[in-house]
Amino acid sequence: MVVLNTFIAGSACILFGAIASLTLLSKARNYSYLFSSVGSLLFLAAGGYLLYAPAFAGAAIPVTSNFSFGFSFDALAGFFVVLISIVSLFLSFYSVGLTRGIRHGGYLSFFYHLLLLSMYGVVLSSNIVTFLVCWETMAVASYFLIVFDRNAEAAKAGLFTVVMTHIGTVFIIALFLVLARFTGSMEFSAMRSAAASIPSGARNLIFIFALIGFGTKAGIIPLHTWIPRAYPVAPSNVTPLMSGVMIKTAVYGFLRICLDVLGPGPEWWGILVIAVGAASAVLGILYAVMESDLKVFLAYSSVENVGIILMGIGASMTFRNSAMHPLASFALAAALFHALNHALFKSLLFQGAGSVVHAAGTRNMEQLGGLLKNMPWTGALFLAGTLAITALPPLNGFVSEWLTYQALLLGFKSSSVVVKIVSPLGGAALALTGAIVAAGFVKTFATTFLGMPRSEHAIDARESSPWMIASMSLLAFLCLIFGVFPGIPLMLVSPAVFSITGSSLDLDLHGSMVTPQATASLSTTALALSLVLIALAAILFVRLAGGRRRTVIADSWDCGIPALNSHMQYTAAAFTKPLRIIYKRIYLPNRELKVSYIVKPFFVRSITYGGEITPFFERYVYEPVMRGMHTAATKIKLLQSGSLQLYLGYILITLIALLIFGT
Amino acid sequence: MEYLQLFIIILFSPLVNGVIKKVKANMQGRTGPGVLQPYYDLLRLLRKDMVISRVTSWIFSVTPYVVFASVTAAALFVPVLTTRTAFGVKGDVIALIYVFALGRFFLALAGLDAGTAFGGEGSSREMTVAILVEPMMMLALFTAAITAGSTNIASISGAHRALSSPSHLLALSALVIAIIAETGRVPVDNPDTHLELTMIHEGMILEYSGRYLALMEWAHYIKQMILFTVVVDIFVPVGIAQTAGFSGMTVPAVSYAVKMTVLAVLMAAVESTRAKVRFFQLPSILGGAFVLAFLALVTHIMMGK
Repeated sequence: MVVLNTFIAGSACILFGAIASLTLLSKARNYSYLFSSVGSLLFLAAGGYLLYAPAFAGAAIPVTSNFSFGFSFDALAGFFVVLISIVSLFLSFYSVGLTRGIRHGGYLSFFYHLLLLSMYGVVLSSNIVTFLVCWETMAVASYFLIVFDRNAEAAKAGLFTVVMTHIGTVFIIALFLVLARFTGSMEFSAMRSAAASIPSGARNLIFIFALIGFGTKAGIIPLHTWIPRAYPVAPSNVTPLMSGVMIKTAVYGFLRICLDVLGPGPEWWGILVIAVGAASAVLGILYAVMESDLKVFLAYSSVENVGIILMGIGASMTFRNSAMHPLASFALAAALFHALNHALFKSLLFQGAGSVVHAAGTRNMEQLGGLLKNMPWTGALFLAGTLAITALPPLNGFVSEWLTYQALLLGFKSSSVVVKIVSPLGGAALALTGAIVAAGFVKTFATTFLGMPRSEHAIDARESSPWMIASMSLLAFLCLIFGVFPGIPLMLVSPAVFSITGSSLDLDLHGSMVTPQATASLSTTALALSLVLIALAAILFVRLAGGRRRTVIADSWDCGIPALNSHMQYTAAAFTKPLRIIYKRIYLPNRELKVSYIVKPFFVRSITYGGEITPFFERYVYEPVMRGMHTAATKIKLLQSGSLQLYLGYILITLIALLIFGT
Repeated sequence: MEYLQLFIIILFSPLVNGVIKKVKANMQGRTGPGVLQPYYDLLRLLRKDMVISRVTSWIFSVTPYVVFASVTAAALFVPVLTTRTAFGVKGDVIALIYVFALGRFFLALAGLDAGTAFGGEGSSREMTVAILVEPMMMLALFTAAITAGSTNIASISGAHRALSSPSHLLALSALVIAIIAETGRVPVDNPDTHLELTMIHEGMILEYSGRYLALMEWAHYIKQMILFTVVVDIFVPVGIAQTAGFSGMTVPAVSYAVKMTVLAVLMAAVESTRAKVRFFQLPSILGGAFVLAFLALVTHIMMGK
């Protein structure tokens, strides 16, 4: 089996990279990432092959008589292997540039390789034990990467992540146990064939547990709280991997269990998934837009994008429930396409943000500004990522969001009134999300890259290394290609869709994309072409009609007061002030104004102003739970006095109790 | 004819704005400039030198072209005289809104590029208004799209279900409010002011001059005319031709001219009789419009038409 050997060779490469990172001379440790780029290339080839090859079970390594460490290969896994590989391939180039000469670079590279390999393991596992082992390796590796910087913030974020991840894992283990109990097997393939015999109560339980368990990893609201803590403190070459790819393994897990193994479910499953997706999208981006920390902003935006992916999945589930299989395929294709796109543009954006942080030494955009002049490449490529994530035509984000809109609108074909109302409302939520995303990214790009530099950090920033620019350029190029020629990514998506729904993707791609039942059509190729042609025509027209004219370079309009300085610019906080006022019921903003006077009330010495929003879920959901746990722990602590006699007494009492009640 | 519709919008859009200004002036007891004044303004601006701020980056220079190209490309999807458009199958209402968003995105960036507070203020307000308008506009358009079974404007228009139900009336009223907001008119924005407390669109383009300003203004006129055209295409498609070619275009041309004039007078009337509201009262107006759009949808589903 050539393909199996390719997978083994790819894994070997990544393992070599892990070993090399610890053994190479410390000056050359950044080149250990080249092993992972070769590994990713092999995985990319094998994953691509899987999409168009019949599924097969791979080698299994027996551990006990009951189960073995096994991997299986099908189109759904192939799609996610391709998704991981594309991101990690480019990211390994970026890492070479970023980690040159940093302290403990070997440690970083080791866990990076481990994380990468465990993610491949998750999507290729054939049984629940293998899945859980890989899943936990992924959690452990990401913990060590999050705490890499060894400061208090990182340590806290690491602990928080571990706790949240394990709450999720508990639900995943529970759902696996329920599945295994009713199907009598631990292999996904056997579970799938026996799934019909599971009673409906157990099926509902499995669905809910999957939504919570995988949702924690994916970062759906209100289980998202670890994401804005963990992503910003992780090293800049790891965040793209976590945000672009690791949360997609959670999407994979959800698809594998709820859509593949369980099959069609009742109507409320799909509606719940659409609702959860819409809430995550809207609230995620609402919280994002308030952030002035470049990486926290992007982290919240990941929450939003998972929401969009879930809306597509939810739409697919409602269609499947009413046996409209072509529409189910279409909606799922929209979701998977968006997952792929998000992997591309979010890793591009996190790489761009990483470059900025690397160059300027701060994540706070209020101290940046005007970077487009010092870092022209990074700035332009970050802009490309920004346009893609804002779903502006003709880039890739637009195509997948357009497909998601169409999938939701097709909900009108459903026979259920609830679906008919929920689906267009999901579309309106998507429109709201899109508009807030645009505001958020205008704010972020403009505060960071446009205007005047706001601090020394921004003045001294210099362009990143060619390795990093190369990686970002390739990602930006893919964002453009996937948008202008959506047929290419849809070729990757459609086999995975078929393997789940059993109905091929009904999407005509000749000339323009036509949705099922011809409800809409779109050609981004024609759109891109006409945008370029019209812009050229406009340039030509302006020249002809206006003739050659002078351009005078002068100061910005300053109302006659000379010397505008960088502090007079609009800040990120000022830009989003209207939203803080309009959505005050969600943000619950606090403001603090302190004025100190020389002579009250006429001569003011200083005014300090502070404002913050209330993190609703942290304050009103997480903190009460944590307080309760603390109180309970303090009560239980009474049992543990440290006195040996008391402990012997406990043993005695237990023994007596057992003798009385046990017999 | 299929290809010429685009030029109707490009060429006549300044005229529509001229008509609005003239009617507005007359309603307010002024004579006002002639209806051709926007053309003279554009020509004058094209022939002027430009002053550009030294703070700005290349974003500032590409924005006029991006904005112009995006609104003009959006015009390709929109049927004007006939539903047989060359690009009718290349894009739909959702694409239309997102192509507009492309222009708005660059416009907002350019507003912040010069590093002045005016531009930032304009950008911030523009993006905020978009957040309030877009979901409502989308929902109103969805109602029409669901009736026609398509989101392509030519198909909706060709389905000829003009104002056949109460749900359409509700959706139409929501859409008209959306258009007032999108074109920057009173009571949402004031197109005739340069007072920092009130302006939105003018704030963003404050640093522009000469040919760049001409392109920006023209793009704004084109966007306005596209939005008017979309409304009449979807809700009053009376008179629109279903065939290609030049023969039999008299009726569509006359009816289109009448419909544009009616909308222009309506806009002038709204602007003359309303005062601009405080920025933070907009959520209640636009939120009300969202409720209208939602009711349109529910009515449609409950009544089945």
